[in-house]
Amino acid sequence: MLEVAGVGKRFGGLTAVEDASLHVREGEIAALIGPNGAGKTTLFGIVAGFVAADRGSVRFAGEEILGLKPHVLARRGLVRTFQLVEPFAGLSVRENIAVGCQLRQPRRAAALAEAAAVAGRVGMSELIDRPVSALTIAGLKRLELARALATKPRLLLLDEVMAGLNPAEIAEMVPLVRAIREAGVTLLLTEHVMQAVISLAERVYVLNDGRIIAEGPPARIVADERVIEAYLGHGAAGRWPRRLGEGGAHA
Amino acid sequence: MLDFDILLPAILNGLSTGAVYALVALGLTLIYGVLHIVNFAHGSLLMLALYGVYFLYTLLGVDPFAALPVVVPAMFALGYALQRTVIATASHGREENILLVTLGLSIIIDNLALYLWSADTRTINPSYGFSTVDFGIAFIAVPKVVSFAGALVATGLLWLLIRRSDLGKAIRALARERRGAELVGVDVDHVYAMSFGIGIACVGAAACLLLPSYYVHPGVGESFVVIAFTVVVLGGMGSFAGALLGGFIIGVTESLGGLLLGENLGRIGVFAIFIAILLLRPTGLFGQRA
Amino acid sequence: MKTPAIAAAAPLLALAALPLLLHSDFWLHFAIMTLYLALLGQAWNLLGGYGGQRSFGHAAFFGTGAYAAALLQLDFAINPWACMVLAGGFGAGAGAFLGALSFRYGLRGSYFALVTLAFAEVFRIVADSVPFTGAGVGLQIALKESVADFQFPEKSGFYAVILALTAIATALAWWIENSRFGAALVAVRENEDAARALGIDVDRTKLWAITLSGALSGCAGSFYVQYFLYLDPRIAYGVEVSVTALLVPLIGGVGTVLGPLVGALALRALNEASSAMTGGAPGLNLVLYGALLIVILALLPDGLISLGTRLRRAGRLSALGHA
Repeated sequence: MLEVAGVGKRFGGLTAVEDASLHVREGEIAALIGPNGAGKTTLFGIVAGFVAADRGSVRFAGEEILGLKPHVLARRGLVRTFQLVEPFAGLSVRENIAVGCQLRQPRRAAALAEAAAVAGRVGMSELIDRPVSALTIAGLKRLELARALATKPRLLLLDEVMAGLNPAEIAEMVPLVRAIREAGVTLLLTEHVMQAVISLAERVYVLNDGRIIAEGPPARIVADERVIEAYLGHGAAGRWPRRLGEGGAHA
Repeated sequence: MLDFDILLPAILNGLSTGAVYALVALGLTLIYGVLHIVNFAHGSLLMLALYGVYFLYTLLGVDPFAALPVVVPAMFALGYALQRTVIATASHGREENILLVTLGLSIIIDNLALYLWSADTRTINPSYGFSTVDFGIAFIAVPKVVSFAGALVATGLLWLLIRRSDLGKAIRALARERRGAELVGVDVDHVYAMSFGIGIACVGAAACLLLPSYYVHPGVGESFVVIAFTVVVLGGMGSFAGALLGGFIIGVTESLGGLLLGENLGRIGVFAIFIAILLLRPTGLFGQRA
Repeated sequence: MKTPAIAAAAPLLALAALPLLLHSDFWLHFAIMTLYLALLGQAWNLLGGYGGQRSFGHAAFFGTGAYAAALLQLDFAINPWACMVLAGGFGAGAGAFLGALSFRYGLRGSYFALVTLAFAEVFRIVADSVPFTGAGVGLQIALKESVADFQFPEKSGFYAVILALTAIATALAWWIENSRFGAALVAVRENEDAARALGIDVDRTKLWAITLSGALSGCAGSFYVQYFLYLDPRIAYGVEVSVTALLVPLIGGVGTVLGPLVGALALRALNEASSAMTGGAPGLNLVLYGALLIVILALLPDGLISLGTRLRRAGRLSALGHA
């Protein structure tokens, strides 16, 4: 469903992304991981239409989308969430979600009603008419998810959706994400929280210094020498115990 | 059609006015660079300073250039007080409100001047007003020569202050990274107010240098605001070199524009540049942030 | 805070009955000017309040509409009523032009405010220099006192027109609060990137807002011309109009349906009071405007209309203290 090929981006003298390629099959949950500064945000931004790429191609459902604006992509079914959630202040949860519903539902009243249904899917039914200023981080993350879901996306790009959540909240969010996939949405996540990556992703891409250095199922990635060295430094692979690949609770 | 004999003095005059514009713009760009606020009251404060210089001359016989040691500190104090009391409190720190607060200040100052001193245009006629200096290729009026030199000196002093003094270091630190500056013990409110004060002191200096060859009336602030902004935006918000270069460019543009199109329409040249820069290259010549 | 339809309509209905009670020219003029300010304020509020794009140069749209109305009837003998509609069109055009330039180039916040200010000034200078617009001398409309020529022998006629216009503007504001477009506009105001990611065409939304705002401003301009029968560059494109346009909603309550109405009344009352006290000295009422702006920003940034909620909240808190 998503084919990224040879994407490159420089900011002045700094190469943020170099020859990055990945693909996500329909109905799959894929993850993009890497240490800080690896270029994940940039690559995400390029796919979602927020950042212009210098070269390469991005194909969504068979069509070239590189260079298209975010709102056009959203209409085609490619939607992203933001790591730093900034809700539409001064509005209620319902009104926030309704903005997303409006993409497909032109009638305001119907959009507001649909928003309630979407809120139910992410477990926010009781909060539906509260102002967003009353939400916790976990609530904001769910709101972000709900807003994106309201647009009825085919491919959802989740930008560090677990960031800022405590383990209990992560444990609640993981099945939520899985349920989204069950409902027929393809997912590409960027994530730092390994627990979530290992639980959710079927395929993991590892980005380091702007290049994809590894690709594969989570169990294999976690034990991959290059990946370990990317995160922990040169020579770490030899010192790190091999047990990591099993159980997979944390890395 | 226009030969060198007419163009050259226009250009030189433009450079002289431009130097003063640069000084005004320096204050504005300092305020923007450090406090990140667009000071709409900048022109009005210049107008206020011009009146101050005017009354010092007409009531106390103080020559404008000699009034520098009085006007500059006075304007500094005013700027410091305004930032510390009115601007900081009324805006609650929200950027969009700071803009409106400075707008409110400019309205108050402009119209208070109108009420107190009427709309009459006032000029002064110092004894050296009509003497000229012979530069070989052209004759330039003494006040203009002095203001050109004065503006450059003031710019140099400001540069020294920012680059070499402790206060300058604190200002630069605050401009770069507010949190960090706070953590190393910089008194943020005080330095903010100092920066604003210095910016307005520049305006005071510019007024002393400007009045002998210019005029004052309550509407002067409005026209200066856009010119100052044009210079700052052209040079790049926060850039001193930009303000200097921008000042010269705008001064000469205005002078030549006035020559070719008459004073009214000549103004449009400046606005056209302003709009063009905002649209095409908002960072200006040397600016860092857009 | 949404305004229910009743709350929006009630004051306007009450105002409709006003001429039956008021017969003094003074009070009718007061009411007319208040509604005129409200119209201007609603226009600004559309772009600046709901849209969050605060313009400092709304005179650019107002003046264009005013000059259009004046010139079309003076030079082209077009019926003044039609001129009002056309003035709205010209105002809309000015809005679209400015918007297309500013928004396509991504101007926001201070930069947007500056560019609108610059445009208004450019228009003023051009109007001041070009004989077509009467240059500095301005334009005068002949007194005809016939309804067909959009002039009324009695003030109540003007009152009816301005009430209708303001009612339309208020209805538009109410519609925005409850429509899909309005929701998109507010989303754009709060968070452009999030709005984009959800499929909203941010540029087009802003463009529509500024066009509508320009249209209403243009109508206000044409009303001014009909009521005062005189126009010059300073009146049309000067800072006073731009400042008034933003002051009215800010004082009353930005981004609300009734805010501009409240603000207009407050401003007009202030105007009258200060004229009475100072004898109409030049500049003083604007000094008060500036002072009021700062005071409101300091104490009631959400405008006078939020006074009710603030007092209620304070009352609740103190009640808790005594419980």
